[in-house]
This record gives sequence, C-alpha cells and structure tokens, in this order.
Amino acid sequence: MDPTAIPDLPRGVRVHFDKVRETWVLLAPERTVTLDPVAHAILSEVDGKRSFGEITARLAELYAAPQDQIAADSAGFLGALRDRLFLDLAS
Amino acid sequence: MTIRPPIAMLAELTHRCPLSCPYCSNPVELARTETELPTEDWVRVFGEAAELGVLQLHLSGGEPASRRNLAELVRAARAAGLYTNLITSGIGLTEARLRELDAAGLDHIQLSLQGTDAEMADAIGGYRGGFMRKMQVAGWIKAIGFPLTLNTVLHRRNLHQLPRALEMAEEMGARRIEVATVQFHGWALKNRDALMPTREQAKEATRIVAEARARLKGRLVVDYVPADYHSDYPKRCMGGWGTTGLNVAPDGTVLPCHAAQTIPHLTFENVRDKPLSEIWYQSPAFNAYRGTGWMPEPCQSCDRREADFGGCRCQAMALAGDAGATDPVCIKSPHHAALQARAAAHAEGPDALIYRIAPGKPLPLIAGAATGSEARPAERIAAENS
Repeated sequence: MDPTAIPDLPRGVRVHFDKVRETWVLLAPERTVTLDPVAHAILSEVDGKRSFGEITARLAELYAAPQDQIAADSAGFLGALRDRLFLDLAS
Repeated sequence: MTIRPPIAMLAELTHRCPLSCPYCSNPVELARTETELPTEDWVRVFGEAAELGVLQLHLSGGEPASRRNLAELVRAARAAGLYTNLITSGIGLTEARLRELDAAGLDHIQLSLQGTDAEMADAIGGYRGGFMRKMQVAGWIKAIGFPLTLNTVLHRRNLHQLPRALEMAEEMGARRIEVATVQFHGWALKNRDALMPTREQAKEATRIVAEARARLKGRLVVDYVPADYHSDYPKRCMGGWGTTGLNVAPDGTVLPCHAAQTIPHLTFENVRDKPLSEIWYQSPAFNAYRGTGWMPEPCQSCDRREADFGGCRCQAMALAGDAGATDPVCIKSPHHAALQARAAAHAEGPDALIYRIAPGKPLPLIAGAATGSEARPAERIAAENS
C-alpha cells in the first residue's frame, strides 16, 4: 500500500461497538465485520486526513512495534476492506 | 444448542406497494392497511431488536415509502443504534423526502430495478411511468450522496439486460449491485411459467457475473443469487433458520423468514403480545428448524449439513409438501430430478404474466397481460425469503 495514500471510511461504512457481543464491528451495507483489537486499533487511526505512512508510524509508536511489520499487517487488512469497497483510498 | 442473537431484522413496514411485480415474494394474502403496526410499536420493536443484538435493520415492504412517517421510523432506528437500510422501488420518494431521510440518518438505500428501459421495467412492475420516476429518484440519491445498492431481479424476460444493468449501477454511483435470479415464493409461484429462465440463460448469467466481478473489482461489488431450480445444491436460506435474522410482518407477526407462514403447522407470535427476545429464543416456530437435530436423511449424515442447513424450509414445503424435507434443489433429494424436469418445463411455459393483486388496488393497465387469479387455477402457495 502506498504510504502517501489516505484511507477513509466511505459514507455507509462505520465502526460500531456491539454491546450485546461486547466487540467492535464494522457495519457496511448488508455486511458486518467483527473487528479484533488489532483491526480496531488500525481503523481508529483512519480519519480521512492522515496518510497510510503516518498511520503506521503512529501505530508503531503506540504499540512499540517495528513500523514495517505494522505496515504489512495494516496493508493486508485495509486492502481487504478496499477490495470490498468498505474503504476509500485517496492518493 | 447455543442460540446466538440475530444480526439482522427485516421490518416489513407495509404490504402496500404501487408496483404489481409478478415475482412478488410476499404472501398471496397481504396484510391490510388497518392491521399495520403503528409507529410507536415499531419504535419500541427497534429498541427491542437492538437490545437483542440486531445490528442491521432493513426497512422494507411492500413499498416502505408508502408509510408517510418513514423518516420518523429511520430516526428511531438510528437512535436505537441500528444500521438502517431502506429497500425501495423509489416510487413515492421525492427529493424533499429523501433529504428528510438523510437528515434522519438513513445509512444506505437499495433501489430495485425491474428492467433497464421503460418498456421492460414498466411491463414487469405493472406501473406505467414507473421507470422514469425511478431514474429521477436515482438522480436525487446520487446528488445527496446516499450509499446505494442497485437490486435487480433477473428472469426469462429481462436476463439479456444484465450487462446494461451493470452499467447503470456504475452510472448511478452505486458501489454494489445485487443480481438475484428470480426466486419462487409467495405470489411468484403463480408465475413460474412466465418467468423461469432457461438453463442456458442461468449459465449465461453466471458467466456475465464472473466476468463483471473481475472487470469491476474495486469499483462495483457484484452479489449474485443464482437460479436455484437449476442448481445442484440449495442456498443457505436465511443463513440458517433462526440463526442470523428475523422478519417482522406489517401486522407485527414475527417470522424466521418472510415466507414462513406457508408452513401450516407453525404458529407465529406477535410483537404486540411478547418481547422480541422471548420470541427469538423461546418460540416453537424459531426452534422448529434450528441446528441440525430436526434433519432427516440425506441431510443428517451429509457433510454439507452445516453449510446449507438443508436449504430452504419453505421451498421444501412448496415443492416436496414437507417443510422438514431436504430442499428439492439438492442433488441428493429424491425430488431433485423431478424438479429439474419441472424447471425445464416452466422455462418452456406460456409467457402471460399474472400481476400481483391487492385489496383495493386497481389492476395494472398493461395491454395483453393476464391479471389476477382468473388466469389459471389458484396454486397451493408456499414461499420463502433468500
């Protein structure tokens, strides 16, 4: 994933806390994706303003982990959301 | 057996609808306007649904826009924390009403498409001028920026329009298109002769969808429901009976799927009498076909038993006369060969459409069309929702 690309959740896709199942989920048209803590941490940084590179740098700092490893994990997850059109990527 | 909470609820706000589609999957006997749940009951039910674990609410019908206070219902659903989706033909929506729905927090719209031009769309919907109004509504939806899915129902008459429907989805700004081959439940059972696609058409649709998915990746998601009479394995109906979703009919009856009332030995509870949670977890109708314990052979020992849960109960009722039987679509069903022969015969059947009729509604004015039950003997009706 291009580090300068800016990820954003499009209208109609939103993060929601599921009180009954006590987990974070991503709600999209006719789909619900359960978010594990890593996925939720990544999406919590997606604000439509910061680039993928800035987000992974921030996550590396927050979780004291190597940025290239975080970038690889995040690219896999965000790429899968992008393929399902649950995520926009602006270059 | 652990019963999980439901994820989705289909709220059938009304059975009223300006269209008269011959493939309508609603029951032959529609709920009358005076029996419809009042707004305050719907608002309470949305709250109960969210408490129960429902995340996704589909506002449907009939035509949900026929409920004048639709925006109030959307506002209540959002306040309850539900992802709120409107399933509509567009007829009855104005730009002002759409802006009101936007302000109320509507998350997503599914717009139905009966055909890709006025001639086809109006002939199928039985509503002259409907296509033009729908295109106008699609324009407002795009201008407002609502996330949109275009819903198409394919059958023998319009299957050749699928490539154009895919283009239209992109032109409308939809991010998703649902390509559903006609399912025969409720009223639609009267129209199997007129609508059943040929086996060749069904294969062609599958080919077009596969090609479109590859070509449009990253631009348009294509969800596909193949022609199940021509399939070898049944669909995982409702994600499994009583596992994922529930339907509330216009009069408040709670159903495991929207055709469940065609199963004569089941009785259904009503949100006017009991909390939704009690109905979901305890009612005999919801427990009737949960899990795998109810299954006969060949399902019981089949390695697909938890993949498709034996298919559709209402279809087993309609086609095998037994809601507990293996769905006759399945290649392992003793009824499978007969069903495939019937499908081929329907596909060669006469073309006259039998339009949906409803109490107090004028018959569609389409030249040369058969309307109502006089066109052929009434069929025993059974139905289901995919």
